[in-house]
Amino acid sequence: MSTVTVQLFASYADLLGAPTVDLPITPGTTVNDLLHSLRSLPGAASLPPAPRVAINRSFASADQLVSSSDEIALIPPVAGG
Amino acid sequence: MRRASIVAGEIDPATLINEVGSLRCGAISVFVGTVREVNEGRAVSGIEYSAYKSMASEELERILVEAEMRFGISGLVVEHRIGLLGLGDVSVVIAAAHAHRAPALDCTRYVIEEIKKRVPIWKKEHYVDGSREWVDPTRAAEATRT
Repeated sequence: MSTVTVQLFASYADLLGAPTVDLPITPGTTVNDLLHSLRSLPGAASLPPAPRVAINRSFASADQLVSSSDEIALIPPVAGG
Repeated sequence: MRRASIVAGEIDPATLINEVGSLRCGAISVFVGTVREVNEGRAVSGIEYSAYKSMASEELERILVEAEMRFGISGLVVEHRIGLLGLGDVSVVIAAAHAHRAPALDCTRYVIEEIKKRVPIWKKEHYVDGSREWVDPTRAAEATRT
């Protein structure tokens, strides 16, 4: 089984205690599936029900497919300005 | 012309104004965001800005492209600073040039509102009492609604 690295930032990196986590993926894995596996990690229970996810630096939808070469990031509520 | 940058050093609004200005434009609208001393009743000593830099630059660029098309802007530049900023420091500057004032003003408004919705930049407020907290605008919006 291959894995994909998910980048974590700001409050989400604090919650999970790391700047990245590796999650298992198989052909057909979606953003939703990835979030499901993420929830089993320590600290992830405090994440909101539907955190925003970016694939290759663009916001992704829940049913978007994920491949092991993608750049994946979990995006906490943004607060620029 | 357009340019979007995430920067670590001080932002000088005059540089951005010079950059967008041309003899074709009759108006340059400038938005300057600064660090204020109080947020939700708590005394702030500074704000630590962080970003998912590669995506933040790309998302800023996408916003500028949209704004250029929407308002017919001839020059549009944005710089957003990251790192630890003190009270009064400039966190973001947007400069938009157009032949006329209305599109220039509307454009700066559009760009700052989109930054607040879409650009992966976060701030951790440092309070005078020594505590620190991530700012979550979605939580503040919920509190306002209820």
